[in-house]
Amino acid sequence: MSNSVIIGQYVPGQSLVHRLDPRLKMIMVFLFIIFIFLANSWMSYLVLTLFALLSVVTTRIAPSFVIKGLKPVWFLIIFTFILHLIVTKEGDILFSIWNFDVYSGALWKGLEISLRFFLLILMTTLLTLTTTPISITDAIESLFQPLKRIRFPVHELALMMSISLRFIPTLMQETDKISKAQASRGVDFRTGTIKERLKAVVPLLVPLFVSAFKRAEELAMAMEARGYKGGEGRTKFRELKLKPMDVWIFILFIIVLITFWILRT
Amino acid sequence: MSQPNDISFQNISFQYPQGDEWALKDVSFHIEENEWVAIIGHNGSGKSTIAKLMNGLLTPQSGRIHIKGLEVNEENIWEVRKKVGMVFQNPDNQFVGTTVIDDIAFGLENHGVQRDEMLKRMKYSLEAVKMEGYENHEPHNLSGGQKQRVAIASVLAIEPDIIILDEATAMLDPIGRNSIMETVDHVRSERDVSVVTITHDLNEVLFADRVIVMNDGEVWKEGTPREIFNLHKELGEIGLDTPFVTQLSNSLKSEGIVLNQEPLTHKELMDELWTFYSRT
Repeated sequence: MSNSVIIGQYVPGQSLVHRLDPRLKMIMVFLFIIFIFLANSWMSYLVLTLFALLSVVTTRIAPSFVIKGLKPVWFLIIFTFILHLIVTKEGDILFSIWNFDVYSGALWKGLEISLRFFLLILMTTLLTLTTTPISITDAIESLFQPLKRIRFPVHELALMMSISLRFIPTLMQETDKISKAQASRGVDFRTGTIKERLKAVVPLLVPLFVSAFKRAEELAMAMEARGYKGGEGRTKFRELKLKPMDVWIFILFIIVLITFWILRT
Repeated sequence: MSQPNDISFQNISFQYPQGDEWALKDVSFHIEENEWVAIIGHNGSGKSTIAKLMNGLLTPQSGRIHIKGLEVNEENIWEVRKKVGMVFQNPDNQFVGTTVIDDIAFGLENHGVQRDEMLKRMKYSLEAVKMEGYENHEPHNLSGGQKQRVAIASVLAIEPDIIILDEATAMLDPIGRNSIMETVDHVRSERDVSVVTITHDLNEVLFADRVIVMNDGEVWKEGTPREIFNLHKELGEIGLDTPFVTQLSNSLKSEGIVLNQEPLTHKELMDELWTFYSRT
């Protein structure tokens, strides 16, 4: 457990996608997701799929990694596909298995929904594969900046996110330590009924929470001692600057979207 | 009030809200510019409270504290915190950034330092603690001693006049401890800065110019490390141990072997012993 401290699924790299401004990446993924649901002709799906596959190739991440990222949703994709085959009764009967008719409309609908799912997960996975959590935090802080006007605590939210990211490995190491300490005192985490196993988690959680609160208190004191007084008058070390390359890629993306729009029916 | 003092405590009394005893009772002392002062005492003697009073994390019930002639109060608190850098006990719980460089940036951002200046200060503060090349390391890949050195670098980047080490080595192994003490020693040789170490490790005291011994919320004694360790019996009575070297020389004394000078470090002890041997 203590070795698996890589947060999220970020795969280090120097590809074009890795170096793309995180704000642009997030906007692009967001727009892409909206457009997935606007697709209605097979040509429009083709454009989106080609763009998605091109993105995968550009990241230079081994496809096996990308597929691993999709693992939790394979079931969902296949499940919706089968569900559509069973439920939808449109178009012509293509073939029958044991008195059960499969309609052409059902096949098309099923494929459509599964493809939408697939593209959606693929693009968001690419985002997390090529962007460090801290860059995502920076991007969120920067993109949400306008919300400051309606008093949305943008800076505080970003700080909370980055401190959480900072402490995930620490707390994981601690969980490991406590579970070993409790196991040495005879707590059994591995065997027994589900109820017994859930009960065994209590002596793990209580010390973990106690120490997390203590850490929070000390951290707050340390932050104050280092002059933290909220977002006012603070400068920023990590700055996001749009590079010419970012702009070109974004223009390309817009062209793809326009092509997509033309190919819609 | 004489101004050149770096820190002055005048008749400070302090009580924790939930405590019924006074943590500090009418405490007064001064710390001069560029001085290294160790504050020692057993648990609950009030030594950590002193550290927190120095940069306004706590406010005394009575008395005045001046830092570089500036009174510590609501109004000046941010100015004071720019002058006083603090390193705490737990290496993990004071590491705010996700990487070394982000952690150093945190303090600089708080004080509104511009980015170009930040880069400059980051470079020299990492050099000062000999942590160059660790810029992008994450805290869980660093040892306790390294984390504390980063904490010192973060403090140095603010360019403080005073550095307080509040039991900063208590959670480290002996190697980590030595590296911290050497780092602070090195930093002091390069720039003008006063150091206050709050500790109960008497080996750390040897680095200091002056020692303030706290007992039950009062200043029990002030003096050089040598003067303080000569009081080994009294130190024992208030719950403090003397370092090994002092213990050995005392045992020798009780055996009738009198050394020229009370040794403080291993080297001094060795020199005393071999010169003693060649004298007899």
